[in-house]
Amino acid sequence: MKLKGADILINCLLEQGVDTVFGYPGGTVLDIYDALYRNGKINHILTAHEQGAAHAADGYARTTGKVGVCFATSGPGATNLVTGIATAYMDSVPLVAVTGNVGLSLLGRDSFQEIDICGITIPITKHNFIVKDVKDLAETVRKAFYIANSGRKGPVLIDILKNVQVDECEYTPAKPQAYAPLAVSKEKLAETVKAIKASKKPVIIAGGGVISSNASPLLREFAEKLDCPVTYTLMGKGCIPESSPLCLGMLGMHGTVTSAKTLIAADTIIALGTRFSDRVALNRDKFAAEKTVIHVDIDNAELDKNVTSEIHVMADVGETLKTLIPLIDKTERKDWRCVIEGYRKENARKTDVSGLAHKIIIAASKLAPADSPLITDVGQHQMWAAQHYTVNSPRLFCSSGGLGTMGYGLGAAIGAAFGTKKLSVLVTGDGCFGMNLNELMTAVTQRVPLVILLMDNKVLGMVRQWQKIFYSRRFSQTNLNRNIDYVKFAESFGAKGLAIENEGEIESVLKEAFKTAEKGLPVLVDCRISSDENVLPMIKPGQTYDTQLEKMEEN
Amino acid sequence: MGEIKKYTIGALVSNKSGVLTRISGLFTRRGYNIESISACTTEDPELSRMTIILNGDEYMLYQMIKQMDKLEDVKKIGCANELECVYRDLALIKVSAAPELRRNIVEVTEIYKAKVVDLSPDTMIIEITGDPVKLDAFIKVIEPFGILEMQRTGVTVLARGTHTLKDRDCYGDHIK
Repeated sequence: MKLKGADILINCLLEQGVDTVFGYPGGTVLDIYDALYRNGKINHILTAHEQGAAHAADGYARTTGKVGVCFATSGPGATNLVTGIATAYMDSVPLVAVTGNVGLSLLGRDSFQEIDICGITIPITKHNFIVKDVKDLAETVRKAFYIANSGRKGPVLIDILKNVQVDECEYTPAKPQAYAPLAVSKEKLAETVKAIKASKKPVIIAGGGVISSNASPLLREFAEKLDCPVTYTLMGKGCIPESSPLCLGMLGMHGTVTSAKTLIAADTIIALGTRFSDRVALNRDKFAAEKTVIHVDIDNAELDKNVTSEIHVMADVGETLKTLIPLIDKTERKDWRCVIEGYRKENARKTDVSGLAHKIIIAASKLAPADSPLITDVGQHQMWAAQHYTVNSPRLFCSSGGLGTMGYGLGAAIGAAFGTKKLSVLVTGDGCFGMNLNELMTAVTQRVPLVILLMDNKVLGMVRQWQKIFYSRRFSQTNLNRNIDYVKFAESFGAKGLAIENEGEIESVLKEAFKTAEKGLPVLVDCRISSDENVLPMIKPGQTYDTQLEKMEEN
Repeated sequence: MGEIKKYTIGALVSNKSGVLTRISGLFTRRGYNIESISACTTEDPELSRMTIILNGDEYMLYQMIKQMDKLEDVKKIGCANELECVYRDLALIKVSAAPELRRNIVEVTEIYKAKVVDLSPDTMIIEITGDPVKLDAFIKVIEPFGILEMQRTGVTVLARGTHTLKDRDCYGDHIK
């Protein structure tokens, strides 16, 4: 059948199973929005800003495992997506961003709202397309989805010229192209089995790749069969239940004492779907010195990029574990477990959860409805949430790990609520919240079940913490000096505003917040915490794991 | 950092606009230095062939090849092995050639099997083809006469014998 380009786009999205799109209309996507209107099968969420739409699509993708989709118009609409696309790129989140552009006759003439968004997004997309001929449109959309969701996942941008949306062309429906995850070679498998057999004190580092390859159940089976402790990176949070006796908690700059000590004592590192970022490896040369490293990653370029490994397995984590599990012997490591038990006790002794922020996060983790996703922004609250909020299932934790995008949280929380159809819990700070608080409008309009725990310490806490450690308490531009009444602010947006000033109020306020939000009324809880709560433990950048600080060390 | 050397990367890429930007951008992003890049269409109109000379250590080479290989538009990629490949570079060099010096220039040109392709009352354009080392040597000899301008095409490479980049199923000898 002959269809307009805009209708072909909508049909292709339906082919891919898209049910929700986040976006913002404008001059060069009028035809796409018209087709969306006429078709009526896709739920479009209008955000306050295109950046919010990109983050929402990201939150939707992380929580569902499906490709997130966002729309924006040309020029500023497209450039507003950039931070969202870059966030998804750094964390390997499958995203398809669709932008409109001026028609072919106006292209390259610096026309109104014309921008070379393909040029701009080259370094932050897996691939991008500019569609100049309607005949190429369907194939391009299908390819974009395949690229976004295969191999190491990531964002793809399609820039569609205005004339392409209007022109007609024959459209034949097609099924999405199947994707076979990369299997591990026999040779590598044998090497891996041998190295695992030789290890006495192994530790698994589970990264985001475990979650994106849906390998969490396999990881658990593997770890249990091997009796091997598991630590996870920020991106891997949720891949193993924190209640599991093998779970060591998070690894890295602000990881647990247990994971740091275990890593130091281990003889073999089994790294699954992780890239040894500088927030994990810290000192990449010494990180795995004198240990055997087995590195499984689907992206060949990650092997030996940051930390050199003895065994390179370029394959999908899930596929690797599936073939590996039957080949390894059921092992019991009583001594190793006993050593780790000691670390756990040390961890319990040294972990300080006396701050109001800790208490609120721990209480929220207990009081939030089951299976509600946790979303964070970036900074101190992000680390507190990563350390103390229990996430027992994959895809229930969204955080900007690689890019560290302040302002990510609110949009992502909206997307996550649409993805999971559950209440979203957003832990944010007053710095981050200030960056994209406009999306509270979206949450209210869309009746998103959302609880925002605003860690309101009146400062840019993480930067301030570094100023304490490295800059002799010269608090340059980290005191916010804002006098916002967040309760009134929330009410003025049509949301519910609550506040927690002290420990005694935590439970009652949180209970009210969750109850109200479940009815579809977003709740903002102003958590008035001290300006001087710190994130600990901490390993300074570039340092080794034996230098983990348990107390603040000020310069 | 490992030993800095010149490495030659050969790649078959989609013959589309923007591909060169994607590849050269990758080098900039990772902070690696391209010494030369040459690109042109091939016998297959869908493909272009690129030869890139990277100035770097082995780590940079591996990273570059692996990162390039991830690009959708890169279809085949490999690192050329110096002993098994033919390297060629072409240069056009315009030298100032006053009539009394012409003979001397022509003499040097003949020794290097270069050709004079243009002559004006005061200048000459010389064309020279060969491996890059030969070109470097020639330029050094011709320099004292006064080079007005010159252009080199950048290195182009083909493997000797039956091997072709197209048939390659791995990165080549350098990368396992």
